[in-house]
Amino acid sequence: MINLVNEKNPMPEQKPDVRNKNFLEVAEGYTEDMAVREALRCLQCRKHPCTSGCPVSVRIPEFVSKIAEGEFEEAYQIIKTTNSLPAVCGRVCPQENQCEGKCVRGVKGEPVGIGRLERFAADWHAANFGDEEIEPAQSNGHKVAVIGAGPAGLSCAGDLVNKGYEVTVFESLHKTGGVLVYGIPEFRLPKAIVAAEVKALEAKGVKFVTDAVVGRSVTVDELMEDGFESVFIGTGAGLPSFMKIPGENLLGVCSANEYLSRINLMKAYLPEYDTPIMHGNKIAVVGGGNVAMDAARCAKRMGAEDVYIIYRRSAEEIPARAEEIHHAVEEGIDFRYLTNPVQVVGDENGYVTGIECVKMELGEPDASGRRRPIEIKDSNFILEVDTVIMSIGTKLNKLILETTENLEANDRGGIGVDGKAATNRPGIFAGGDAVTGAATVIKAMGAGKVAAAGIDEFLSK
Amino acid sequence: MKMYEILSKRKLNHDITWLVIYAPMVARKAKPGQFIILLTDEYGERIPLTMAGHNSEEGTIDLIYATVGRTTMLMDQMGEGDTFFSIVGPLGKPTHMEGLKRVCVVGGGTGNALAYPIAAGMHNHGIQVDMISGFKNKDLVILEEEFTANTDRTFVVTDDGSYKEKAFTTDKLKSLLAEGNEYDEIIAVGPPIMMKLICQIAQEAGIPCVASLTAYMIDGTGMCGGCRASIGGEDKFVCVDGPEFDGTLVDWDELIQRNSYYREQEAHDREHVCRLTGGVRYYD
Repeated sequence: MINLVNEKNPMPEQKPDVRNKNFLEVAEGYTEDMAVREALRCLQCRKHPCTSGCPVSVRIPEFVSKIAEGEFEEAYQIIKTTNSLPAVCGRVCPQENQCEGKCVRGVKGEPVGIGRLERFAADWHAANFGDEEIEPAQSNGHKVAVIGAGPAGLSCAGDLVNKGYEVTVFESLHKTGGVLVYGIPEFRLPKAIVAAEVKALEAKGVKFVTDAVVGRSVTVDELMEDGFESVFIGTGAGLPSFMKIPGENLLGVCSANEYLSRINLMKAYLPEYDTPIMHGNKIAVVGGGNVAMDAARCAKRMGAEDVYIIYRRSAEEIPARAEEIHHAVEEGIDFRYLTNPVQVVGDENGYVTGIECVKMELGEPDASGRRRPIEIKDSNFILEVDTVIMSIGTKLNKLILETTENLEANDRGGIGVDGKAATNRPGIFAGGDAVTGAATVIKAMGAGKVAAAGIDEFLSK
Repeated sequence: MKMYEILSKRKLNHDITWLVIYAPMVARKAKPGQFIILLTDEYGERIPLTMAGHNSEEGTIDLIYATVGRTTMLMDQMGEGDTFFSIVGPLGKPTHMEGLKRVCVVGGGTGNALAYPIAAGMHNHGIQVDMISGFKNKDLVILEEEFTANTDRTFVVTDDGSYKEKAFTTDKLKSLLAEGNEYDEIIAVGPPIMMKLICQIAQEAGIPCVASLTAYMIDGTGMCGGCRASIGGEDKFVCVDGPEFDGTLVDWDELIQRNSYYREQEAHDREHVCRLTGGVRYYD
């Protein structure tokens, strides 16, 4: 029987004024009851547009109907056939632009909470079958190297090991997980979940080599000489961009990458870790993406009294997920829309004392289709802050392109690939942010899957 | 041998220690001027250190460090047979050597440890190397034998004259230039203030000057941007664009300021040391 309630079952959450002082997960997850009720909202419509909205083509109506029937483990196994990291995707995918954005229930009311259900199935599996022993995959004798243990690399490695390939993943940091570990905070994605996914891949036979910077410790060409028949490059987005305004090198200005790495990778919020961190009391985060939201919400949890988001367009154009913005507002983040920094100001010792901004208004649409922000003359003002976090995107890292013979770039400066994720060099594949520039976890995972299929085809010839 | 095991540990003076570490992935590709990032343990900081040397066949790297902060205090507690949690490298661009015939390398204090592989590497490359090795006083002098054996001429100077010649490295460089010595390049490795002054002298003499910078960094691959420095008015990342830059283009005052950012937290960490264990952290 279909549940005709127009709204999603609410997600149990920590209260805003409690959670903005801790790093525990904000959303606590559905109970079995809530999950079944939510799953019953699915119409099981014939065209299932949701599936077409998913970069990894999760068989959504099938797994949702299993949840509705109370067959939670079966639901998980259905998801797992196409998605190697369900517990991650259920938490961090921008579902409103993907599966849920296409859900028929969304026409009148809210779409089915597909992300919440995916998370439920994954968490239920972990709680009830998480300790089950995983059989190592049968080897087909072919060796593949994966560069980067982030979402693209993990999803590529997962698909390849299931097909019998002997996969070795090379990671430059001392921990695996890439952006899932250094970027996305614990309160959105507990690191134990990422670690469990990596452990499961290891149990299947994937080898992980940390502390390995491909391009420096070893090159792609050397990997091929060392017996890897194919290489997947999933090295991520790369270098943080700055605004190129005066004062950006003052003490107290950092990139969101740095701020988040200190907190998430290096655990600056835990007393037993040595990591130093900017302990600002008034913090401005410049930018309107998910990374900016993560940085702002971390800043609040690190004890800052006032945390601002400075974004040059309006609430209409802000690129962060609706849920992230909603959570940030609830937690007391102060959004300053239509505001653009012109310089960071500091004291005689070089410490940040404020950020000078100018008010903006929206003009005609630009190349991105969004209305172009225009400065309002003489509207400058100084916002008093002691820390500024720049979260305005990234530039591509050239290391692999510079150190791999004849590897071609695309017109954005990323690694050039065709529709099967193949580069111009036979056997070398690439995907994720290293190709596209900064995008999402799920798109990177999708690219990893495409590459795994491409590699399989290449090595089966 | 265990990965990242300390194979030998030797005190060079009260503050400076030489470690030989088993790190084959790093050793097989290391070149003079490059650095590594290490973690003593899971809870540590990632700190960059320029390698003082390496042996590709043995799979070892040499690190010479001065005990200045929490991580290096932890390293003091480690002994032969102990292992680091993580060592990644080689990172950064190697020292540029092509086309050079005669150079002067200037090392100040602990900077001598980092100047050593550069000077020796250039010497082995067939470049004629004059080495100016400066220290505050006699007790701090390190690597004199090594420099003497691996350069054409080594000049040890001390600020107070308690050993060899009484001079600052800047004075010595000036006098070498005044004597008519000609160099294709001057390489400065030491405290930023010394590097700044050496670069000024080089610039006045019309000689290109390279400085090896240190900065806070996390990943060492360009991801965090913490190590950015103004070079000729442009932001560069020390980890991937450096660590060596044209010293005449470096905004030294900004660099000195940026390297002081965590000083208070670091001082606090150091004071926090001795209460329970007598060490920074207790190792079983």
